[in-house]
Amino acid sequence: MDLSALLTVGQTALELGLICSLTVLALFLSYSMLNVCDLSTDGCFTLGAAVGAVVAAAGHPLLSIPAAMLAGVCSGLVTALLQTKFGINSLLSGIIVNTGLYSVNIAVMAGSAQINLNKADTVFTMVKDLLAGTPLAGQSTTVVAAVAVILTVAFLTLFLNTRLGLAIRATGNNPDMVRSSSINPVFTTIVGLCVANAFTGLSGCLMAQSQKMAEINIGGGMVTIALASLLIGSTLMGRGGIFTRAVGMVVGAFIFRLVYAVALRLDVLPAFMLKLISSVIVALAIALPYLKEQWPTVSRRLSYKKAAAGRGGN
Amino acid sequence: MLNITHISKTFNPGTVNEKKAITDLSLHLAPGDFVTIIGSNGAGKSTLFNAVCGDFLTDQGSIVLNGQDITFMPAFKRAKHIGRLFQDPMRGSAPGMTIEENLALAAGSGGWFSHMSQKDKKRFRDRLALLDMGLEDRMRQPVGLLSGGQRQALTLLMATMNPPWLLLLDEHTAALDPGTAEKVLKLTRDIVAEHHITTMMVTHNMKQALELGNRTLMMAEGNVVLDVSGKERAGMTVDDLLRRFKAGTGKDLDNDRILLSE
Repeated sequence: MDLSALLTVGQTALELGLICSLTVLALFLSYSMLNVCDLSTDGCFTLGAAVGAVVAAAGHPLLSIPAAMLAGVCSGLVTALLQTKFGINSLLSGIIVNTGLYSVNIAVMAGSAQINLNKADTVFTMVKDLLAGTPLAGQSTTVVAAVAVILTVAFLTLFLNTRLGLAIRATGNNPDMVRSSSINPVFTTIVGLCVANAFTGLSGCLMAQSQKMAEINIGGGMVTIALASLLIGSTLMGRGGIFTRAVGMVVGAFIFRLVYAVALRLDVLPAFMLKLISSVIVALAIALPYLKEQWPTVSRRLSYKKAAAGRGGN
Repeated sequence: MLNITHISKTFNPGTVNEKKAITDLSLHLAPGDFVTIIGSNGAGKSTLFNAVCGDFLTDQGSIVLNGQDITFMPAFKRAKHIGRLFQDPMRGSAPGMTIEENLALAAGSGGWFSHMSQKDKKRFRDRLALLDMGLEDRMRQPVGLLSGGQRQALTLLMATMNPPWLLLLDEHTAALDPGTAEKVLKLTRDIVAEHHITTMMVTHNMKQALELGNRTLMMAEGNVVLDVSGKERAGMTVDDLLRRFKAGTGKDLDNDRILLSE
């Protein structure tokens, strides 16, 4: 692989990593802070893509961003209400919303399974025009995604250090404490999931516009891919303040995409392996600490059996 | 300060597991009262606290706190004016958040979108220094790194950051080693005295029950069976208390923890 090919691979990984890191940041809020595994992420990502594409195709590329985020908020609100007000288990709430969103997403795209944006203005084409003639010309995707990521990281750093942000973190960190405090966990869960899903929607919106197409399966497996990035990020930069950890999420997303892109480029793996790899990463990252904890017991049992066999016992 | 009038609570009514946890209990606390509560296993001490805090709604009766009827108020709203400590020191603070973040949450000054100010930090630092545990120099460390005693002391500080109308202590020193328990108890006494907080404390230590505060309640089978204060309480010994308990209920006090402690 020559240098220019390497750069192309790096570029793609950077663009995809930045766009997907918005979903990782969403999970940073819902999964790491609120301790809710939001399984509606796939559907919400597609919802953001669909809403954003429809609005952009109608000639309002700038409006597509708040529209997609608002759609994400609505999706998050439904998931949150199901688990806080209707007594539905949080995993199940996510799955229910995810399933329902499939129909909603097709309805948003006017009954079709995809929307083509080849001829439409998108935020990326707008920025491309703006950057024409500057040193950053040709980098419009990276620039737009980077601005979105920087704003999101800044927002999360500020937000999670407000009183509301602290209350949201406490809700996930020690539910017992929150139950006997003046924090209303219903309120914090609702706010947390709404904000998180706004970023998932934004992520989907930018993904669709950057590849000039929204389709019904664009968000498939996104929750696992984002979790894999999140776990890589928190392994590398999991200690420290909110800012460090949020930056870690972006780094995790980039590393995940980079490793994957290189493997793809070198023909180590076919493209369809992406989802298996992310599943394996997530499973391993969560299982390893548990296995490490179990190891002393297992090793004691093994040595005990060995000794017993040595004594001729059973 | 606290007016509990004829409250009752039955769990699992109409089933084989029916449990009359509180039966027609009435209790009046004057402002500044420091009440110690002792009683058998399952006498309803914690259930009484749960009822006051709103963990469940009572079947009958009313609860009025500082003139405000809180009978049907949700728990998180009551918590603004009721501080509460549990036996488990892990229950009162968030281990993944720093000491100052926990305190900021408890202080609750400013609106939802307010940030911790330098003034807040200074105030937290001064309060932490009172604990004499060196925590004022560890304000940016996660609470998960603290020992049980340190966490319970921090929880006490959090519960009284804005002096509550009512402080409920549910054997809050029982899980600590004797030295730490002594220290947390002294802090409790100091803070309660400083702010004149109306307090109820469940304890299994009879001696402590008579030494601390100005009033002692004994509970059995979901009600108050003995309520002593003033002169009558001043000359009381643990033996007197046990005798009075037997006279009141016709039974010996059967709390293994009480009998095992001196």
